[in-house]
Amino acid sequence: MLNPGVESGAPRTSRRTVPVQQFLGLAGILGFLLTWELVPRAGIIEARFLPPASDVLGALLRASGLTAFWVSVGETMLAWFLGLLIAVIAAVVLGFLIGSSAFLAKATSSTVEFLRPIPSVALIPLAVLMFGVKIESSLMLIIYASFWQVFIQVLYGVADIDMVANNTAKSYGLGRMARIRYVVFPTALPYLMTGVRLAAAVALILAITAELIIGSPGLGREIALAQSGGAISGMYALVLATGLIGVLINVLMRFIERKALSWHSSVRSEVIV
Amino acid sequence: MTWLKSLAYLVGLPLLLVLIWWGLTLGRPNFFFPAPGLLMETFGEVWFGERIITDVLPSLGRLFAGVAAAIAIGVMAGLLIGSVRWLRSLLEPTLEFFRAVPPPVLVPVLMLLMGINDSMKVAVIISGCIWPVLLNTIEGVRAVDGVLSDSARTYGVAGWARVRYLVLPSASPQIMAGVRQCLSIGLILMVISEMFASSSGLGFTIVQFQRSFAIPEMWSGIIVLGLIGVAMSFIFQWTERRVLRWYHGQKEVENAG
Repeated sequence: MLNPGVESGAPRTSRRTVPVQQFLGLAGILGFLLTWELVPRAGIIEARFLPPASDVLGALLRASGLTAFWVSVGETMLAWFLGLLIAVIAAVVLGFLIGSSAFLAKATSSTVEFLRPIPSVALIPLAVLMFGVKIESSLMLIIYASFWQVFIQVLYGVADIDMVANNTAKSYGLGRMARIRYVVFPTALPYLMTGVRLAAAVALILAITAELIIGSPGLGREIALAQSGGAISGMYALVLATGLIGVLINVLMRFIERKALSWHSSVRSEVIV
Repeated sequence: MTWLKSLAYLVGLPLLLVLIWWGLTLGRPNFFFPAPGLLMETFGEVWFGERIITDVLPSLGRLFAGVAAAIAIGVMAGLLIGSVRWLRSLLEPTLEFFRAVPPPVLVPVLMLLMGINDSMKVAVIISGCIWPVLLNTIEGVRAVDGVLSDSARTYGVAGWARVRYLVLPSASPQIMAGVRQCLSIGLILMVISEMFASSSGLGFTIVQFQRSFAIPEMWSGIIVLGLIGVAMSFIFQWTERRVLRWYHGQKEVENAG
């Protein structure tokens, strides 16, 4: 009863064509929504703690007609984008600089290994003291967290250069800039894209965290407000909205990665990291 | 002389940074950035007392319980979902959605469902950490080498032995990649769950220091969190090297050949 798709879909999987898979996936989502609808309706969890799915979807639909909702989405996405952009630029510049010098790479490695695992949420009190509830607080956390993701990948990428290709380029008289453009950059690009994709997900997490805990403007703050104000359906609707944004960001990043690396063999056998 | 050189590389930059920090705070004391000496003093006073019993250890316990449960559930569910094809297609889109939900929003949700207590904090950690492990396990199980899988079947390796000697080892590189993500998310969630709703624990203590403008104490808390992060990363790397020794060796052979 809960998952009508299971019985009808199961026998057909031997010829697993793409439509069958998509059908099953859709059935899975519907089954999940149905379970969510039935659990509060049957009284397993009280509806004031977990409203039925239809209530929450209704609240999400109503919210999507309001300007205030889109303003918060815009604020979250602005912090996400700015933070990611600054982090990527800083990480690429520093990564190429440090990665291409053996001395710098060795001298900084212990410091990097120490700074990288420090959870960015440890900076929350500092951000509050320095910036208060402004967007700069979000940016500080986002930049710190996403910088390391990209930076480490760029270092790996620069270290992965094929010495034969590099020496060949040298003996054909390519200058330093030309070598960076035609040898180093293409080698490091797949690593860079992986780093950016990971950083994009991390940046969203930190954007929401900052808004939730510090109270800088955006969806996270709205969730905290809805929760303390008892607007439970509204809170679940906002949680759903953050999930949808997360899915959209994943899809977008995969698309960009595929476009940027369409020449690279790894695109065909991509590993989910 | 070589070990001296590598030692210089290891401590050179950190020493230089501390010196700069010390030099900058020497003449004029800055309210936001305490001098290294003062910070070290405060660190000892604040954290080597009863706080380690009342705040640090309970936080670490919750973190450990949450992460361990997330890894166990994630790997087991991943093995099941990954090896049954229709189950995988049925659940994958839903799971991808759950993975995309930023884990911190689970704090208010679970607070509502479970109230504010220890099990809610552990549940937050579990429900945030499980997705990378689960999805990576599914992916790893799916990518088991076809020839190996057929050979195992031909030799009659089935049931538990098949899981133990074929599926788990070949999925382990992917699983470890998931565990790495899971650890850092776990630490973040431990801190957030305590910052958002708690009256004890590391995250609560640090926010409390910040609210009462006890700046050196706040910094010492930040350092504690940093040290925990670093320690977890070392433990993970050590474990990974042991668990995946065969894998790194195989990669070296492949790269050499």
